[in-house]
Amino acid sequence: MGKARTIARRSFLVGSVALAGGVAFGTYVVHKPHDNPLAEQASEGEATFNPWVLVSSDAVTLIVPHADTGQGVASMQAALIAEELDIEFGQFETSFGVPSAAYYNTAMASEAVPFMPTDKGFAAETMRSAMGAAIKVLGAQVTGGSSSTPDSYEKLRAAGASARETLKLAASQRTGVPVEQLKTAGGAVQLPDGTELKYTELAADAATLDPVTDVPLRDPSTWRMVGRNMQRLDVVAKSTGTMTYGIDLYLDGMVNGTVRMNPRKGAALNSYDASAAEAMKGVRKVVPITNGVAVLADNTWTAFQAADAIEYDWAAAPYPAEQDGHWAEVAASFTEERLDSEWRNEGDVDAVMEGAETLELEYRAPYVAHQPLEPLSAVAKVTDDRVDVWATHQMPRFAVDKIAAITGHKTAQIHFHSQYGGGSFGHRLEFLNITATVEAANQMRGTPVKITFSREEDFAQDFTRQIGMSRSKGAVKDGKVVAHDLQIATVSSSRSQMGRLGQSVPGADSQIVAGAWEQPYAIPNFRVRGYAVPELAPTSSWRAVGASSGGFFSDCALDELIHAAGADPLEERLRLMNHDVSRKVLEAVGEMSGWGSDLGPNRGRGVAFVLSFGVPVAEVVEVTNTDSGIKIDKVWVAADVGRVIDPINFDNLMKGGVIWGLGHAMNSEITYSDGMAEQSNFYTHEGMRLAQCPEIFVKGLENGSAVKGIGEPPVPPAAPALANAIFAATGQRIREMPFNKHIDFV
Amino acid sequence: MKLTVNGQTHDVDVPPDMPLLWVLRDELQITGVKYGCGIAQCGACTVHVDGEAVRSCQIPVGDLEGEVTTIEGLGTPDALHAVQEAWIELQVAQCGYCQSGQMTQAASLLADNPAPSDADIDDAMSGNLCRCGTYPRIRAAVKSAAAKMGA
Repeated sequence: MGKARTIARRSFLVGSVALAGGVAFGTYVVHKPHDNPLAEQASEGEATFNPWVLVSSDAVTLIVPHADTGQGVASMQAALIAEELDIEFGQFETSFGVPSAAYYNTAMASEAVPFMPTDKGFAAETMRSAMGAAIKVLGAQVTGGSSSTPDSYEKLRAAGASARETLKLAASQRTGVPVEQLKTAGGAVQLPDGTELKYTELAADAATLDPVTDVPLRDPSTWRMVGRNMQRLDVVAKSTGTMTYGIDLYLDGMVNGTVRMNPRKGAALNSYDASAAEAMKGVRKVVPITNGVAVLADNTWTAFQAADAIEYDWAAAPYPAEQDGHWAEVAASFTEERLDSEWRNEGDVDAVMEGAETLELEYRAPYVAHQPLEPLSAVAKVTDDRVDVWATHQMPRFAVDKIAAITGHKTAQIHFHSQYGGGSFGHRLEFLNITATVEAANQMRGTPVKITFSREEDFAQDFTRQIGMSRSKGAVKDGKVVAHDLQIATVSSSRSQMGRLGQSVPGADSQIVAGAWEQPYAIPNFRVRGYAVPELAPTSSWRAVGASSGGFFSDCALDELIHAAGADPLEERLRLMNHDVSRKVLEAVGEMSGWGSDLGPNRGRGVAFVLSFGVPVAEVVEVTNTDSGIKIDKVWVAADVGRVIDPINFDNLMKGGVIWGLGHAMNSEITYSDGMAEQSNFYTHEGMRLAQCPEIFVKGLENGSAVKGIGEPPVPPAAPALANAIFAATGQRIREMPFNKHIDFV
Repeated sequence: MKLTVNGQTHDVDVPPDMPLLWVLRDELQITGVKYGCGIAQCGACTVHVDGEAVRSCQIPVGDLEGEVTTIEGLGTPDALHAVQEAWIELQVAQCGYCQSGQMTQAASLLADNPAPSDADIDDAMSGNLCRCGTYPRIRAAVKSAAAKMGA
């Protein structure tokens, strides 16, 4: 396990500069800090101590560079800085800042090496460190992989501490009071006589000083914000209709538009006839863009109507036109030739199957769409000497490169204004809204252009989750699971995503086997092999990425083996578990749910456990089999993130993750016909609605040694816990998502 | 064409079949009301017409009869409606994009039914989609707002 030749998992983060078994960068390059982007913007008298803190004579501004698409990271980042800076919510402003290498993500590395997250050994840590160095050198500013919190946790507290000590030094120099006698609170330095010097008053002095660095971080026991319930910075705006999302921007002289691109994703527009559209009142212009057209009009509704009035001749899809062809390719991929990884191989699965009581299983996970409720949109204004773009993006520096390639401007002339996003779930890792808008605006130089995708267009262009299947064979003996040989074949969403960035992904794709190979179970004979299905329809990162299918495959198969062994689903998982932090999570849901008590007829309980993004999560789902279908009554979910930063947001994200996982497992898939997605709006792909939502009980544990994020980890165990519960209540095993193809839900 | 939104009368020069949603957003720049699906599947565009919750994407502005209230007219950061107060206290929002529609729907429910049962809440609120999964907090906030309004 952990072979160096297979290091490139999730290597879309480090692009083609993947390491070949060692550190590819000199010590000097790795330790050299990136330039502080605030230093270039700061006017005279404004102090910036690092890329996250800017103090002027009238405001303290905290830079929160991770994209906030609803997961609350703006508040999380601000709180970490403010904790050490001694400033309160309401006393500072926040900004998403400008795209910059200085905001490289230090935490993606832990997901970028072929070592189990539970492996803290020398080789694993060395490789994580090397991968972290690669990400730093590349300046990869990325929001994703539930990494915002681990990336920010120490770095932003250190930024706040450095700013605080520098402001104290400025106060000391001005007043002659030694630094040791100064205190800070509420955005001000306090002198021993009680006089307060606001940080803003000290800005001009502090701007002349070299920042004080290497300030020791405070002990968690002294914290006043982190770890306690917070009021999110955006909650009032989001509760009063006053939050401005990118789609809400209206610039002077702006035209409103929409796009229509080949619904056979990635294929060309052969020709089109826009004469009827151009004759419509309120239509300004129809312009060609890559694989389609942009329609620019007085208002969005007119643009939508006009886009419908154009006649299009679309080229054929570069993938099977019908869904059956996609499944056939997946099913044909369990071959030696397509073997992508074999990172887990313990005991001797082949030998132990001989003459044993075995079980053979096949599971399927379909394409699923992202569809955050704010449709894809962007605003762009292109002039000869600058480009301004307003949008939400999880990789803004890559967005800037895409923009430069279209307009020919230098990256320094491109100004990317990050916006609060109305959801993402991975959707805003893609670039179509930005490239389409900039292509249109580039043909309307001087005029601001807003492009809004119709919901139907957003569905048609969604780069979905990977499609995949698992085949496994297991053996049981004396009431125990003794062997599991799990094979997973999926398309590589990492390669598909990186391909659109013009980059290749060397090595294996960890996401094909995520949620499976690294699970902390000591099954005596345990092998997990991943098979890469060649690119079919394009795919991308969908909340929880590979683990959203891999967790379903691995946990449901384990549940079937446990049942075949005649063991208790919770007890046998606990017996097999070889990781203490994970065991406590599983024990917690057992206690919370009253596991083992009698539920009465037509009811059932299922448990599932999946470790993903370094976070162990266990869920118990309780269902009733009613006359009108399965009703999900209750869900208990426990996770260990090392430290809960904000208990309220943690609770909200855990519940949201469970609902995301359940809703799509029950109700949603994308299928292709004639090369186009057959689902075009929420009535055929809705996730979960309120009436189906169970009561959900959440517990956060803090036994893990590292601080982790919680956006994605609650998703993978939801589907298997529900499938296992349905089996317990009905005796029916459902081995394919969405489950509503096989059973009704209330 | 004249229409009254949040107590203010506006003159707009638009085709009568243009949906109210787009008149509010693109003509009047009242952006608390959101475009989500365009076919009454998500509820993000919910506004009140004479106090009743309707999907503004489905109302041709020429057919509009009555005064329109959007989330901005329901209450403001300085003068919150009970529903907004509850939404803030319980920190319902994640991305927040659906919440204008959720709150206008909830306000309409509570105006008709000051003490809704769980089943009433499920019935009234299930047309409003939330992709982030804030439903448990929405349920709790509707109940909290009901208690505030009854007090």
